[in-house]
Amino acid sequence: MEAIARLIAVTDPPQTPADVKAASAAASAGFAYGLAAIGPGIGIGYLVGKSVEAMARQPEAAGMVRTTMFLGIAFTEALALIGFVVFILIGL
Amino acid sequence: MIAEAFKFPEINSILRWKDLFTSFNKVALIAVAAAVIGSLIFILAGRKNALVAPKGVRNLAETSVEFIENGIVMQTMGKDGLGWTPFLLSLFLFIYLCNVPGIIPFLQMPATARMAIPMFLALLVWVIYNGVGIKHQGIGGYLKSTLFPPGVPKALYILVTPIEFISNILVRPFSLMVRLFANMLAGHILLVTFALLTSSLVTAETQQFLLKPMAILPFFMLVFLTAFEVLVAFLQAYIFTILTAVYIGGAAHPEH
Repeated sequence: MEAIARLIAVTDPPQTPADVKAASAAASAGFAYGLAAIGPGIGIGYLVGKSVEAMARQPEAAGMVRTTMFLGIAFTEALALIGFVVFILIGL
Repeated sequence: MIAEAFKFPEINSILRWKDLFTSFNKVALIAVAAAVIGSLIFILAGRKNALVAPKGVRNLAETSVEFIENGIVMQTMGKDGLGWTPFLLSLFLFIYLCNVPGIIPFLQMPATARMAIPMFLALLVWVIYNGVGIKHQGIGGYLKSTLFPPGVPKALYILVTPIEFISNILVRPFSLMVRLFANMLAGHILLVTFALLTSSLVTAETQQFLLKPMAILPFFMLVFLTAFEVLVAFLQAYIFTILTAVYIGGAAHPEH
């Protein structure tokens, strides 16, 4: 155990609390955005897939489906974008 | 070996601009230009003879009015909402003209990527749709139709009413604002990243002869993303306007 501790002490330069804070902020910013993108990614994929299905079944309703699709995308996407704002707030 | 690692600039240095004169910078210039150009198009179009076939500026103006009427108002509010066309049209045009400088060379900054403009627009929309709701249904009727949706069992109102209050009154303007702001900011940062990658690969001091031609890869990505931003600039203006129309329509005629 002592050897490992000495090895770590040699390889790691001394860290100030500010360094530690910046490093953990950078890491958690990445996690925040990555996690925030999962749900909306699935949601938008599902939404657009279903809309394409609807448009292919009933091409004459394509205009209406497209408007509703954009509305749905706007609502779903907001979550990912809030994640992006959080990423900027804590990461940069 | 690369002499120094690629370093991303501070977020402030890609978003803040020097003041042209006191408290007036490039973002403010773009916003003013958007307002002036938008008004100018319609003033010029209004002066043309309405009886001959439209061409030039008038053609553009008529196309945009038709787009707002058929693409947004008729789809969301129906015939009753046609009176809102001027407001929605100026909203759409202003946002679009603020977004587009993000890809115009030498300007390269969407004015909506700073929080002030989306925030003001979202607050304006918030005041308008609440005002419309109160005007059409009275203050009690509006609160009743937004906070107590019909068709819910009475006991569930303890749960439903706070949720409706948060989602209708608090989250709506916030998400409207963040959607526009974050989309334009994300696009701007992406363009900055790939432009910097290209330039740092081209100017890298290196012995490896393969490294400099590799700059073509981020450059292709840059071109592709610029084309993508053309779409995003339009789409965000469209989504902001259509959501405004949906909110106003919902406040004026609640579902029964």
